[in-house]
Amino acid sequence: MGEPFAIKDCALISIATGTRAQDIREFRDRLQTTPPACIYYHFWGGLLRPCFDEPEYQNDFAAWAWHGLRDSTLAERLALIDPTQCTCLEELRRELLDIVEERMDESEWINWVRARTQFYFTHAQIVVFDSGKRIKKPDKLGNSITKMSSGSIFYHFIDARKRTEHSKNDFSEWLSQFGDEYTPLSEHLATVDPYFTTLSDLREELGQIFSEHAPKETTGEKT
Amino acid sequence: MTLLEQYHTVVGEAGIDQLHQLAESLKGLRIVHVNSTREGGGVAEILTRLIPLKQELGLDAHWEIITGESDFYQCTKQFHNGMQGARIEMSRPLIAAYEETNARNAETLRHNLESADIVFIHDPQPAPLLSHFPNRSGKWIWRCHIDAGRPYRPLWKYLRRFVTDYDASIWSLAEFARPLPHPLYLVAPSIDPLSDKNRELAREEIETVYQDWNIDRGRPVLTQISRFDRFKDPVGVIQAYRLIREFYPVQLILAGGGASDDPEGKEVLAEVRAVAGDDPDIHILELPPDANVTINALQRISDIVLQKSTREGFGLTVTEAMWKGKPVIGGDTGGIRLQVFNHHTGFLVNSPEGAALRIRYLLKHRRKLEEMGEKARHFCSENFLLTRHLREYLTLMTAVLHGVEERIEL
Repeated sequence: MGEPFAIKDCALISIATGTRAQDIREFRDRLQTTPPACIYYHFWGGLLRPCFDEPEYQNDFAAWAWHGLRDSTLAERLALIDPTQCTCLEELRRELLDIVEERMDESEWINWVRARTQFYFTHAQIVVFDSGKRIKKPDKLGNSITKMSSGSIFYHFIDARKRTEHSKNDFSEWLSQFGDEYTPLSEHLATVDPYFTTLSDLREELGQIFSEHAPKETTGEKT
Repeated sequence: MTLLEQYHTVVGEAGIDQLHQLAESLKGLRIVHVNSTREGGGVAEILTRLIPLKQELGLDAHWEIITGESDFYQCTKQFHNGMQGARIEMSRPLIAAYEETNARNAETLRHNLESADIVFIHDPQPAPLLSHFPNRSGKWIWRCHIDAGRPYRPLWKYLRRFVTDYDASIWSLAEFARPLPHPLYLVAPSIDPLSDKNRELAREEIETVYQDWNIDRGRPVLTQISRFDRFKDPVGVIQAYRLIREFYPVQLILAGGGASDDPEGKEVLAEVRAVAGDDPDIHILELPPDANVTINALQRISDIVLQKSTREGFGLTVTEAMWKGKPVIGGDTGGIRLQVFNHHTGFLVNSPEGAALRIRYLLKHRRKLEEMGEKARHFCSENFLLTRHLREYLTLMTAVLHGVEERIEL
């Protein structure tokens, strides 16, 4: 028997950097120097802070390109960036800058537009705490996930990518110690795209995967 | 049943467990909140419930107020307007009253504040208190509830020297924050779903307002609930109502709760009455500060709620209306932008004509009105209830006590 799974939770508190941009040039310049934590926040922070969960654009940069600059082309391109495809935040920064500079090159007017609303570079402090709950057996994890707070889902499934050796989620990492039996489940979990979704939808999706991989005799379904 | 147990029914077990777990490391800490009124206004409403909740979680939480004479309140009302950008006269006698009132209150509160672990000072009224506590032992945090994105510069230059030395400040939105040499935390305010202003009402409680205010239940009701303040644009709301009247037999309710620190309200109320004239379908209600059930009922009998502000802090009346499943037509400003999403939870507007257009649209498309109301309630319950606010306060207190670490593992 391996180590029990310790359910952690996390809460985020946003912090304004005081840095802002009111046109695309300022945005590009600030983007070059803003701390990596800001880039992380503007891609992922929306999941934990008070936020409308049906945004037109998934990250704050794309949302500002549309609501601030009214440039749908730039907004669409920025929105398509998937942060999970970048190995580090500097790569993500480079990707953002490439798209912004490409747009500045191809469109004369965008360089002169004054945004309706400014972009406020923001970062956050994250507090991680122990829920006190422990899961000892893998077959209990699925049921437990469906009851986890959004903070726990964020910590174990999204934040884990920064912490774990193979940039996986904590659930897959923990299941790997139980041998081949849980490999399909572990691999299935690792394929879940945590972007373009909300934490409650993600929780539901993870619960569904556990149901699909539950032992035959328990569910009566094919595993 | 404890307060926290009552919230179980609204936010579920996971949300309450989370509060207990976060509060674990803060148990026993002495926390003091200071503002300038116990009733009237969003700050007092939030503190009324936030303090007992913190106490239930094991924090030694207290709420103190500073008191002053009429010249102090006249000064701080001016400051409120000035922080929102109005050019104000900063007269020396009023400034002197402001500083003297704070000095006097500092002596009264010295025992309670000097040894507190964390002190939250709300808004400009008590901001100079910090300067009277050179021997303070805890962390002092200035909480600004006002949209200070474009303040009247001479005023901000004056106030900045009082707030610079705080350990941190809290702002409702990044747009509102002023650069200061300490962390600028962002915490949106919230509403209390169990308070008289937001709890579910019995049918009789709702019926009462139809009778008391002579409102026709057969015709659509438009409502704006807010203090009689020029930034809330009550005259613009009447203009929008008049543009609608030729298409729909709507009734308009303008209900303003007074606040004990708002001497300008009467002047604006008189102006609004003059514009309304003798129209029997415009109901101008001057409500006492404790008229929470009435406000709740007025929002519930409304078809559409307006908050046509030209400047707004966060706009808790928007949050309250959304909690009651009403789409909101709000001014395109401040925290209203964080709550009203076009075609989802309401509409953002920039003119009386814009408000009239959106009212017509919603009255014509009743199903859409219902859908948007439902979505507004869901959005509010996920983001703007007191439990989320409390969680952020607990997170912030933990963060402040740990310094500038980006990641704090308890």
